[in-house]
Amino acid sequence: MNFGAAVYTLWLREMRRFLRNRSRLVGSMAMPALFLLVLGSGFGGFFRYRNDVSYIQFIGPGIIAMSLLFSSMFGGLNLLWDKQFGFFKEILVAPVSRMGIMAGKTLGTVTTSMIKGSVFLVGLMVAGLVRLEVFGLLLALVFMFLISAAFVSLGIAFASRMNDPQGFQLVMSFLIMPVFFLSGTLYPTEGLPLWLWTLTYLNPLTYGVDGLRFALGSAYNLSPLVNLAVIAAFWAVTTIAGSLLFRRMTA
Amino acid sequence: MLRAPTIDSGGRVSTIIAIEGLTKKFGNLTALNDVHLNVEASELLGLLGPNGAGKTTLISILATILPSTSGGASVCGHDVHREQHAVRKCIGIVFQDPSLDDELTGRENLDFHGRLYGMDAGARLIRVEDVLRLVDLSDRGNDLVKTYSGGMRRRLEIARGLMHHPRVLFLDEPTLGLDPQTRRKIWDYIRALRDTFRMTIVLTTHYMDEADQLCTRIAIMDRGEIVALDTPDGLKARMGGDVLELEMTGAHQEFLEGLCRMQEVEDMAVEDEKLILTVVNAESFIPKAFQAAQEQEIQIRSVSMRKPNLEDVFIKLTGREIRDESAPDAKTRMRIYMGRKRR
Ligand SMILES: Nc1ncnc2c1ncn2[C@@H]1O[C@H](COP(=O)(O)OP(=O)(O)OP(=O)(O)O)[C@@H](O)[C@H]1O
Ligand SMILES: [Mg+2]
Repeated sequence: MNFGAAVYTLWLREMRRFLRNRSRLVGSMAMPALFLLVLGSGFGGFFRYRNDVSYIQFIGPGIIAMSLLFSSMFGGLNLLWDKQFGFFKEILVAPVSRMGIMAGKTLGTVTTSMIKGSVFLVGLMVAGLVRLEVFGLLLALVFMFLISAAFVSLGIAFASRMNDPQGFQLVMSFLIMPVFFLSGTLYPTEGLPLWLWTLTYLNPLTYGVDGLRFALGSAYNLSPLVNLAVIAAFWAVTTIAGSLLFRRMTA
Repeated sequence: MLRAPTIDSGGRVSTIIAIEGLTKKFGNLTALNDVHLNVEASELLGLLGPNGAGKTTLISILATILPSTSGGASVCGHDVHREQHAVRKCIGIVFQDPSLDDELTGRENLDFHGRLYGMDAGARLIRVEDVLRLVDLSDRGNDLVKTYSGGMRRRLEIARGLMHHPRVLFLDEPTLGLDPQTRRKIWDYIRALRDTFRMTIVLTTHYMDEADQLCTRIAIMDRGEIVALDTPDGLKARMGGDVLELEMTGAHQEFLEGLCRMQEVEDMAVEDEKLILTVVNAESFIPKAFQAAQEQEIQIRSVSMRKPNLEDVFIKLTGREIRDESAPDAKTRMRIYMGRKRR
């Protein structure tokens, strides 16, 4: 079976499951929505990032990244559920390359994550909180893809080393929340204490958020090329790590 | 007594599964111990054995989803360890444990399978309906699998395993939990697959009638080893006599030992108040047994005689006394004693 067909088969399955589970869709978007609305309006009253950038405009791109981060990492969890339910055996015993399975699984989760992220993007557009410009929106989609693909691979890398979904959930909460809080989404990075500044700029998501801010006309710090380079490199590293670990996975 | 598995006097034989010295260890536990076995094309081989004998382990290694500890095996001429992809291309498997996607419908599960095995859209459409009809799920095919009953899920798994017509098909307890009508239908289909496509089938089961009806050859496994390999009739012939079942009250060790010493008795097992004997010359044995019973004031309530079946062979070879590892009460000791008799 050729690689493309394998990828499509795995992708199609993710789509079918996704479209069937609208409640789960809403559930996974609740948290970012809460952050956007509550923090956005709560702090918005007394805090503006700059005269031309309100607080909600400041955090908006980061909230898109947050929703991508959450839903992408949980792709690994799905993998573990497949293992738990035995379906993973059906996939592993088929004459399909491991890379095809990995790529299809990744692409499926990236698609669903990007759909969720796009809901926020459209919401921000409708509310007039982002700049409407074709190049910027396309660039935003590129950043969204890279963020999502990188964290899907990271989730799969973790899942490959584990067996039970509960354990994964625990690891995820110890990883996802710090990655989000240290991404510079909620606070500006100028004038941070050194330790916090260091952690923030060691976090790959920071570059994704900054890139999204540039693309959507919010306040950014770094050149978009730097952001693009860092997040793409991160994507490459997690993909290689994920693939190597995934290859060794057994049913 | 073992029939030589590979060499057929009739000339050319294609060995499709070759297993050589296969050993699998899980930590200290030896699940498979130096297994040798050859399966020829279009054989329908039954793997029988008590729980934990290593049947699933053996199938998993052959299906490339479990690495062996030592020794090797090849399927369709490809090494199961070094040429996994080639092996996967020529096999199909129905797992013992569930392996469906609950959140897809029955048809979607089958469609997914067809795609994974590279079937084109037309073939998929036809086969999906074919196998759904076979397992009587056509009208439920568009329901989510999570709404299926246990038996329906099992039927769907079988349907899926049969769908791509592999050269070698592994069925790990395929008919577990199915009603008799469905089991019979599936037997017919399995036979038809073998006859039509010269498919080689390896099947595990705990239903002795199933093995007897379906299999051309049977391997009986016990504690990681193959303890017998023969045709169903060949295995039954090994019992060397008829099976007598005596129901009685008040039997004791001395009486049983007495029976055991009679030359007609080949084998003996106790089940509660029932005594199951394999005897060579029932006509002369029955009066002797009655006399002995009378002398020792034991009452024989019923006697029945039949030809040995596969279950008798199974019990004889995998000796149930092995399974009783609790404190050696009187009954257990009895079984151990009887286990010795047959050596
Ligand atoms: N993943 C595993 N880890 C540790 N031990 C295992 C594992 N899989 C199987 N075993 C052990 O290997 C032995 C053989 O198991 P196997 O599943 O092959 O038995 P089986 O013949 O299929 O039994 P059953 O009739 O109950 O299905 C058992 O003792 C079992 O406990
Ligand atoms: Mg088993």
